[in-house]
Amino acid sequence: MAITLSENAAKHVRNFIAKRGSGVGLRIGVRTSGCSGMAYKLEFADAVGSDDLQFASHGVTLLVDPKSLPYIDGMELDYTREGLNEGFRFNNPNVKNQCGCGESFGV
Amino acid sequence: MALLQISEPGMSTAPHQHRLAVGIDLGTTNSLVATVRNGISVVLNDENGSALLPSVVRYAADGSVTVGEAAQAMQSEDAANTIVSVKRFMGRGLADIGEVSRLPYRFVDTPAADHKPGQGAGMVQLRTVAGVKSPVEVSAEILKVLRRRAEAALGGELVGAVITVPAYFDDAQRQATKDAARLAGLNVLRLLNEPTAAAIAYGLDNAAEGVYAVYDLGGGTFDISILRLSRGVFEVLAANGDSALGGDDFDQRIHCWLLEKNHLSALSPQDTRLLLTHARAAKEQLTEHGETHITAVLSNGEVIDNVLTRSEFQAMSQNLVQRTLQPLRRALRDAKLGVADIKGVVMVGGATRMPQVQHAIGEFFGQEPLTNLDPDKVVALGAAIQANLLAGNRGGDEWLLLDVIPLSLGIETMGGLAEKIIPRNSTIPTARAQEFTTFKDGQTAMSIHVVQGERELVSDCRSLAKFELRGIPAMVAGAARIRVTFQVDADGLLNVSAREMGCGIEAAITVKPSYGLSDTEITRMLQESTQHAQDDMQARALREQQAEAEQLLEAVQHALELDGGLLDQAGREKIEARMVALRDTLQLADHLAIKRAATALNEATVSFAQARMDKSVASVLAGKNISDLEVKP
Repeated sequence: MAITLSENAAKHVRNFIAKRGSGVGLRIGVRTSGCSGMAYKLEFADAVGSDDLQFASHGVTLLVDPKSLPYIDGMELDYTREGLNEGFRFNNPNVKNQCGCGESFGV
Repeated sequence: MALLQISEPGMSTAPHQHRLAVGIDLGTTNSLVATVRNGISVVLNDENGSALLPSVVRYAADGSVTVGEAAQAMQSEDAANTIVSVKRFMGRGLADIGEVSRLPYRFVDTPAADHKPGQGAGMVQLRTVAGVKSPVEVSAEILKVLRRRAEAALGGELVGAVITVPAYFDDAQRQATKDAARLAGLNVLRLLNEPTAAAIAYGLDNAAEGVYAVYDLGGGTFDISILRLSRGVFEVLAANGDSALGGDDFDQRIHCWLLEKNHLSALSPQDTRLLLTHARAAKEQLTEHGETHITAVLSNGEVIDNVLTRSEFQAMSQNLVQRTLQPLRRALRDAKLGVADIKGVVMVGGATRMPQVQHAIGEFFGQEPLTNLDPDKVVALGAAIQANLLAGNRGGDEWLLLDVIPLSLGIETMGGLAEKIIPRNSTIPTARAQEFTTFKDGQTAMSIHVVQGERELVSDCRSLAKFELRGIPAMVAGAARIRVTFQVDADGLLNVSAREMGCGIEAAITVKPSYGLSDTEITRMLQESTQHAQDDMQARALREQQAEAEQLLEAVQHALELDGGLLDQAGREKIEARMVALRDTLQLADHLAIKRAATALNEATVSFAQARMDKSVASVLAGKNISDLEVKP
């Protein structure tokens, strides 16, 4: 049971949190939403919740609520650049289908 | 799959519903676009990694348009079709633009009647090989490039943009900027004053409280703003500036120096542009180096080869730097603050990189100015933060933004006096109302003349709009209650409405003046208001006294016609003599004499007024017994 960041993604997250000036880590989760059933949640975390599962990856604390974990267990987050655009890519082994752009997925 | 960005806690967006918003610094010389990504404001670069898009647009004969560096490269060759610094023409008529003959463009002064819809009546147009273009269309080309850049970088359509404008832009110039954005397919979330945007970028990043000065010397405009930052609230205490002063003027100085050194005169537009390009490069060189070589080949084959040292450059541009200090002092005075009250000085605009500027400002304030954010980018960064907030991507800690209006707004009252309704430096958005009344018996209409300026007389202020409130029920003078409401929205646009409180009839107008008011004019108007303060006070006293006397004469005349019979011969003659005397003093520019004559007339009419009062009471009471007159609870 784990969620990880690529080294490059961790470097960016550390940088973002430092510039933001506060935050204990990154909150990752899923919500039921979108055309294919589920959508990712990616937020700064200002506090650790009592139910939160914690993972450490390359010096970054990842917080996941227990209900979300089954959908994203084994996932790796990468940070990539596509042309002018850049951002986080979710490599989720649980995904069975996803919408065209991948913002919404099903398991 | 799509690339995701980190959101603030609880602010994750639903799939396909990212509220992508950008901040755009639409500059005279360069334009930039920035956005908040992963919680941090960043400037978006183009494919080549450059952030600054030169605000240059070139129109070709085949109708194609190039923007930015490619257009800038053609400045010398195709000066007439390559539009630079178009921001100076936004919302302006031909008459507003100085030094027209020095510019290489073919201007078309479009009469208000045949302007293109949404392009601003009376705004100057530019004739290019691709047809006549308005400054709004030219600016829209710049915005389109930035919009495409942002959409490529963010991977989706933009919800909207915050576009910055100089603090001194008037309604026409702000409207023109909004029109340009609409033409470029951008939804304007808000126009934001440039210094305020810079303060957001600095204030939030550094979380420092206190009073700050924002010194913004851009390519074409100079703005100084005094801001108070406290607990995340930004308040602009005062704003001042000079729209005809910027980095371009420093280029111009070097250009003139080159002409003098090489005994040149009357260059072609192409050569002028060529030398200006070299002058700019030399100026930038001198920030890092003690001296620079300027070499250029003119179209007639003549070779220019000069060495310019930093100290020579500083000497020739010294008075330009000094010119920025005057608005600075005025802004401090408006804010009722001294140099010692300023906790920090924020430097904005590429021209503030010049060592002589930083030195002069450091000396003026007795402290080193802040330069830790890139002065070219700081405005766009702040605009992006504001755009992110307005697009709804941040929760909780929202902050208030307060801007000020540069000149007082008011209406004309009897005797050609300007009654201020919203005083200058009021924070916007704001709404103020004031009640006025009718001047004559039975007056059924009122003309509302909206004026802008600091002077006491309407003739010295700028006329913004006129409209009429009709259908006021006939009443005696002074009985009608007409509420005039002035409302200035967050973008600085003015809405005026008038409402008769008795019957509720209403009339309103939105002010979109066809001509802009240049910052130099604003500066001039402000200067005049202080220079003429004494004269204005005298003039106001005189006009007020004249209007009052005229009203008195009219009332007495009216009474004589109705109830002249109540007077004996001597009483009537006495009143009439004093009326003549008062009429005579009206011609004199002496408010005290008018006042004396009016008082004399008033005294003469005391017993007459008493007699009239008795008569009207008698007529009311006639035929009634005392119980009819009891006041019903």
